[in-house]
Amino acid sequence: MNDQITPILMPKWGLSMRVGTLAVWHVDVGTEITPGDEIMDVETDKIANAVEAADGGLLRRCVGQAGEVYPVQALLGVIAPSTVSDAEVDAYVDAFEMPEIDEDEDTGPSYEFAELDIGKIRYTERSGEGTPVLLIHGFGGDLDNWLFNIEAIAEKAPVYALDLPGHGQSVKAVSNPNLETMVDAVIQLMDHLKLDKAHLAGHSMGGLVAAQTAISNPNRVASLSLICSAGLGENINSEYIDGFVSAANRKELKPKLKNLFADDSLVSRSMVDDLLKYKRLDGVQTFLDGLKENLFSNGKQNVNITAGLGALDCPQQVIWGEADAVIPKTHANGIEGATVTVISGAGHMVQMEESSQVNDLLKDML
Amino acid sequence: MARVISMKDAVNEAIDQEMGRDPTVIMMGEDIVGGAGADGEDDAWGGVLGVTKGLKAKYPNQMIDTPLSESAYIGSAVGAATCGLRPIAELMFVDFLGVCFDQVFNQAAKFRYMFGGKAETPVVIRAMCGAGFRAAAQHSQMLTPIVTHVPGLKVVCPSNAYDTKGLMIQAIRDNDPVIFLEHKNLYASECDVPEEPYAIPFGEANIAREGKDVTIVTYGLMVQKSLEAADILKKDGIDVEVIDLRTLSPIDMDTVIESVEETGRLVCVDEASPRCSIATDVSACVARDAFKALKAPIEMVTPPHSPVPFSPSLEDLYIPTADRIADAVRKTMEA
Repeated sequence: MNDQITPILMPKWGLSMRVGTLAVWHVDVGTEITPGDEIMDVETDKIANAVEAADGGLLRRCVGQAGEVYPVQALLGVIAPSTVSDAEVDAYVDAFEMPEIDEDEDTGPSYEFAELDIGKIRYTERSGEGTPVLLIHGFGGDLDNWLFNIEAIAEKAPVYALDLPGHGQSVKAVSNPNLETMVDAVIQLMDHLKLDKAHLAGHSMGGLVAAQTAISNPNRVASLSLICSAGLGENINSEYIDGFVSAANRKELKPKLKNLFADDSLVSRSMVDDLLKYKRLDGVQTFLDGLKENLFSNGKQNVNITAGLGALDCPQQVIWGEADAVIPKTHANGIEGATVTVISGAGHMVQMEESSQVNDLLKDML
Repeated sequence: MARVISMKDAVNEAIDQEMGRDPTVIMMGEDIVGGAGADGEDDAWGGVLGVTKGLKAKYPNQMIDTPLSESAYIGSAVGAATCGLRPIAELMFVDFLGVCFDQVFNQAAKFRYMFGGKAETPVVIRAMCGAGFRAAAQHSQMLTPIVTHVPGLKVVCPSNAYDTKGLMIQAIRDNDPVIFLEHKNLYASECDVPEEPYAIPFGEANIAREGKDVTIVTYGLMVQKSLEAADILKKDGIDVEVIDLRTLSPIDMDTVIESVEETGRLVCVDEASPRCSIATDVSACVARDAFKALKAPIEMVTPPHSPVPFSPSLEDLYIPTADRIADAVRKTMEA
């Protein structure tokens, strides 16, 4: 096979994705693509997002048709320099083995569960060489918040992401819904996985958890990446926090979730449904009420860890979405000596909205 | 990976988890204990279709077998509910409800009202409903309108395994009598269901599919058929919204009205007989509350006003199909 030919494949976002709809091409045959260009939009039952080119070059074929459904890893397009003949490109397309959609067999990595002192913790793992990266989601989130990040970072280092206690599919019976419990869970999981040291990346409340983990256990943390992080100032959009905690149905929840994104059309039906399903689980309401009371009562953030971070030796960076409507971007400058990147066109869920920029920044810390 | 289980297993898991959580949850029914100790059985039969298989072994003191006397044990369950237990009575087929009308309609449904709010009757009456099982006219009815008609009863008729588990847990925890109707042709249908317990509130419809041209309002097995119809119509460029009512009492008319105000067209799909049904009720409410939004006459898709036929070919004709639903939707688009 001609090694000058590069395929464009249907991406796999998260473990449950088997097929995706190619919504629209943003480039035409004959376009010179630069890595990072948005080349198409893909929709799954969970989320819709632009796909950025991993490889550059001349787009020779659009094999995938807009509006059609394709399995993960299906051939959607072909990149090759003009020196490769049309016949060779056609031969490549013809010879490409389209993957079957196998409903029964999950070939990709799966979720794992660890039975820790604190209770059952769900996590996912990508193996690799070097100091691992541990991703920590925010308030009300789960490890799927890192849907667009896990695979990309795994190219460079082992990656772990967990559901904090009270979140996702981890234990819901949490006697102390507070920061210490979250930090304990992170350390217990690191012990369980025999990770002496990890690069911690935390989003929102997960940033606060990552930072507190580093302050309490400086020898366990190689670097800190705090994304739209809590704990760096007093302000927080209490209307969002209160609304998220109290919303009991789709109608109440959906407008609150729009605070999370610069482009609020990203709030899909299934995103709202999945969060409602989470919120209905026994114990979650009590947990969220308690955690909110401990961390974000009276419309303010109750914990500030900037002083503790200033005393840390490990490299630290802060990443923020310019249009963050949950925690103000002014908090980005709260840590002395930390690298700060504010990404335009992104809101609070910057790691989803501008995933490739965030992935590059996270990989830079390794 | 979320876990996939069938609707039958979802019923079982909901009862299992609630029995484990709350020892006042008991179950009464025919052959739910029967078969225990028989050759080759390490557990009871678990009812006529094995829905409660495994529960007798796990909760021997919470499972009570009953004689073939629906009037007696439904009455006992209602009485036990007023005395502090949370009984789940399995009526096997909803068609047998007729011999329990007094216990259900005159007693369970009325206690809270007639005792000035001082009495609670947290009983769940489970029964299979619906046609397509080759079970003939006396075991195939969709009697949702009859129970929905009676004030004081809550009525649930789920369309999938996820909703079944959450609604069953809510039904058991609810302090009023709940009629929980399980379509027997949905027992094998599977979807993602969390292992942890969760409750879905009553009176909240689920928008099973979003669309902007026509609103279909339905419940139970007809949700699947309506979604199939939506797929057929998508090829014609017709974008259908499918609302799954999930609970018929209380009923979420707000979601229905809001949807019709967007689409301007309504098709009610109901497996119950066409007269005085959920379809006619929803149609009447929409005609009153959203008349100005309607761009076309309301359509209804129901079986004919006849008993469910035993002849398989006639039974297939009796049950509304995706094609019939699609035709009704097209009719509203042409008007």
